[in-house]
Amino acid sequence: MKYSVFAAGLLGASAAFAETPELTVYTYDSFVSDWGPGPAVEAAFEEVCGCDLKLVGAGDGAALLARVKLEGARSDADVVLGLDTNLTAAARDSGLFAAHSVSADYDLPIAWEDDTFVPYDWGYFAFVHNADAAAPGDFKSLAASDAKIVIQDPRSSTPGLGLLMWVKAAYGDEAPAIWDGLADNIVTVTKGWSEAYGMFLEGEADMVLSYTTSPAYHLIAEEDASKAAASFAEGHYMQVEVAGKLAASDQPELADQFLQFMVSDAFQSIIPTTNWMYPAVTPAGGLPKGFETLITPEKSLLLPADQAAMVRDAALDEWRGALSR
Amino acid sequence: MARRAQPLSPAAGYGAAALVAALILGTLAAVALRAEAGQGLSAADWSAVRFTLIQASLSALFSVALAVPVARALARRRFKGRSVLIALLGAPFILPVIVAILGLLAVFGRAGWVSDALALFGLEPLSIYGLHGVVLAHVFFNLPLATRLILQGWQEIPAERFRLAAQLDAGPRAMWQLLEAPMLARIVPGALAVVFAICLSSFAVALTLGGGPRATTIELAIFQAFSFDFDLGRAALLSGLQLVLTALAATLALRAPVGEGFGTGLDRILRRWDGRSAVARGLDAFWIVFAALFLLLPLLAVVLSGLPGVLSLPASVWQAALASVLVAGASTLILLALALPMALAAALGRPLPMEIAGLLGLAASPLVIGTGLFILIYPVASPFALALPVTALVNAVMALPFALRILVPASRDVVQRHRKLALTLDMRGWPFLRRVVLPRLRAQIGFAAGLAAALSMGDLGVIALFADPEVATLPLQVYRLMGAYQMQAAAGAALLLLLLSMGAFWILDRGGRWHAEA
Amino acid sequence: MLKLDRTRIENGTFTLAADLEIPPSARVAVIGPSGAGKSTLIEAIAGFLPLVSGRVLWRGEELTDHLPGKRPVAMLFQDGNLFPHLTAAQNVGLGLNPNLRLSDGEHTLVAQALERVGLTGMESRKPAALSGGQQSRVALARVLVQGRDILLLDEPFAALGPALKAEMLDLVAELAAESGATLLMVSHDPNDARRIADQVVLVAEGTAHPPRPTAELLDNPPPALKAYLG
Repeated sequence: MKYSVFAAGLLGASAAFAETPELTVYTYDSFVSDWGPGPAVEAAFEEVCGCDLKLVGAGDGAALLARVKLEGARSDADVVLGLDTNLTAAARDSGLFAAHSVSADYDLPIAWEDDTFVPYDWGYFAFVHNADAAAPGDFKSLAASDAKIVIQDPRSSTPGLGLLMWVKAAYGDEAPAIWDGLADNIVTVTKGWSEAYGMFLEGEADMVLSYTTSPAYHLIAEEDASKAAASFAEGHYMQVEVAGKLAASDQPELADQFLQFMVSDAFQSIIPTTNWMYPAVTPAGGLPKGFETLITPEKSLLLPADQAAMVRDAALDEWRGALSR
Repeated sequence: MARRAQPLSPAAGYGAAALVAALILGTLAAVALRAEAGQGLSAADWSAVRFTLIQASLSALFSVALAVPVARALARRRFKGRSVLIALLGAPFILPVIVAILGLLAVFGRAGWVSDALALFGLEPLSIYGLHGVVLAHVFFNLPLATRLILQGWQEIPAERFRLAAQLDAGPRAMWQLLEAPMLARIVPGALAVVFAICLSSFAVALTLGGGPRATTIELAIFQAFSFDFDLGRAALLSGLQLVLTALAATLALRAPVGEGFGTGLDRILRRWDGRSAVARGLDAFWIVFAALFLLLPLLAVVLSGLPGVLSLPASVWQAALASVLVAGASTLILLALALPMALAAALGRPLPMEIAGLLGLAASPLVIGTGLFILIYPVASPFALALPVTALVNAVMALPFALRILVPASRDVVQRHRKLALTLDMRGWPFLRRVVLPRLRAQIGFAAGLAAALSMGDLGVIALFADPEVATLPLQVYRLMGAYQMQAAAGAALLLLLLSMGAFWILDRGGRWHAEA
Repeated sequence: MLKLDRTRIENGTFTLAADLEIPPSARVAVIGPSGAGKSTLIEAIAGFLPLVSGRVLWRGEELTDHLPGKRPVAMLFQDGNLFPHLTAAQNVGLGLNPNLRLSDGEHTLVAQALERVGLTGMESRKPAALSGGQQSRVALARVLVQGRDILLLDEPFAALGPALKAEMLDLVAELAAESGATLLMVSHDPNDARRIADQVVLVAEGTAHPPRPTAELLDNPPPALKAYLG
């Protein structure tokens, strides 16, 4: 949709005059990068849709929603891909999203019933550490240990918010006490995942908040088995990443087709080794070799979207209070 | 005669200042007007304001206080590699934040070189996280800038003054009273204001080095208001507060009497006779070595970690590098088009409005400017199509205060010194600009252009809000690489970025001084 | 005796040779064509320019490696003789102590010097509030309190009117006579030389010639000087 001010004025609308229909999908930055799923997904979908799939990166998940809200009903986007369950309540409240028609047999640790958002992958948050070092088995032993951790700020980072919810979901009213205990283990809090993970790799901390799938990246892409995720007895909080169709889309059928494609093998088989998450529907060929080495939490934690939205601000205050002392 | 005759009209400068103010205040208004009813400022926001003020004040004080002896040492010593060192000292300033943080931590972190060295002696590792860490990081970023500004102050002292001081057998105390103190009285308030304004909008550095939510700055609160709460009203309110604080600081700092200046001098080659005692030599050597180690070791860490990746950079990095070079070039041109008229207007008339307009660009939250521009552009054009031009514009505005600090004093001297002669020759407007102002300001223009190019190259700016996959600047590409676990490629790309920034700075700064003794 | 012993002075690409002696308490004008090196000579004596070869001696003591401030020399430049941010009294006080920490006695000396140059009551004015002639007087008052053996003038009064310049030259001559200082002044006006100098050093064609009595030289100028005088 390379239109200039002039072209827009002359043509009135953009996509309507295009020879092949165009589907615009807003997503987060790392999805569209050369190493993300973007390029392969684009090729695979364009093979079957007879359309032009345009993937647009717009910051991280939270920035993505802010962007769609700013653009409102006039947005060029047909589909937004990359929200998670912490954002879906706010996204639904915006009234910008339409119900989907996708049916699939999800391989999620939890039951998925949502008429607006379709999950495409999921993962567990976890503390990643060097495999040769002993790791604590739950939050309380982490707090009691002298292990140093780096975490992300829940106000600016998805994993950061995930950890906030994790502690809240596992401990409820006891969460402030857990944070109090963790305060002296936390080396620092970073703006985003990249800073924290970079600091961990540089040896600045013993553990970093990431995903249970992070070691798979090192194992598969770098043939390096030195990283492991610590399994916590409380269970692990989940991140479920979803996509939704915008109500104001000028390509609603194509958008539906994309969402259905998203839960098919062609899309799902790309996810594990590009997005480094579990596919929402395990492809026929199974998971790539290496994923079997990952820890599988005994208990999956996930607050439902509306509940997550409700406890979020109070949990943030508890977090800030405990770590500001 | 009600007004003094002037060889130039300040109108262009007032126009440029109005444009900058309109951009900053207009985007702020755009954001505020889009706001739905939100909450006002919370107690947490006010504590963010408090922390921001404390860290920005301390950072400004320490950066400038340390820059005084470093600049003195560099001003009076001539040694092999001096100009290379001065150029390299500017590097921290232009590094992308994430790269600089990792470089700093490689030296000062728990597993950094200093801690490793301490461990050899059985000592505890260094603890960098806390207010002191924030200040240390900000000094790392801003010491070079403050040093350059003060060094330039030294260079603006006419050679005649040094000769007179030498004639009077002025010792260290007398040199201080006669030359350094009056020069510092002119330079330091502005330098403090600039560093303060830079640190005011710090976010990732303050959070990471500050060790947690204690170190929440206004900019983080703005970010939170945007993407966590989607409360545009609060974001606009906080950003407005940031602007007011900067304007206040600038007014306080810049309204202080600036002294008489140094009058005219005859551009002799600077030769100095002071500071020959062993103590002075020793102290100068100490400060030069201190600054070099403090600033260059983290850079060395960046270079070392980047070397393995730099030879096998993916094609997308080179594309991004090209985009960055283009943006930097455009940004530099825009900057000069804004800064030169503004500097001359400051020299001809009232400087304070110019300085404040300039500083606003620095204190304004990039997130608010970006979002405001997005809201303004979206109804008329595709923000994606304008990603690079908008980035160039915003980067230019961000570099404006530095350019003004560099250009204003020199412009004032040029106008004062040559105004009368030019008027008697009926040399006004363009001829005066072309024959007198531009040649006389060449060194300063080169310096300002170099800084603008380097800053624009290294700044993530607003591109993250606008970019689509095909257009990325190099800093954005560094973030994208890190986000995709490509740490080695990211380090390589960061090294490339460092080289490009330094190269642009070096070429422009050199170009300005070619065949000219600055 | 001020002796320049087979000196060669370099100033950029220009070099000047000087091999001459100036007797104590002499009043010497340095004249010659523009660009011949008059200022170069003076600045080398003051220590601002390095010698390529040769020595500078004062009363048998070698000054060649002394820093400017360590030489028995006071100097007034073409411009920039005063610090604009200091008062007249402070500018004079610099001659006694560059740190401006003056004893009561020294304050009295400053006041006396200002009185001697006719600036009583203007002690607390800054240079911007003084006329050109008054600024020159402040500089002279400083030279007075410096009490150095050699006084070098590099046309400090060039910007003043003829009457004022003559007045200042007379004042310089008086002050030099009172203190017994040796005076060297650059001039491009032979009348200045006749007015206060008893000897003249001609600088021309890359050489500073030994001093000769003023009247003798100016009445029978050698070819180089003749061309200059016209």
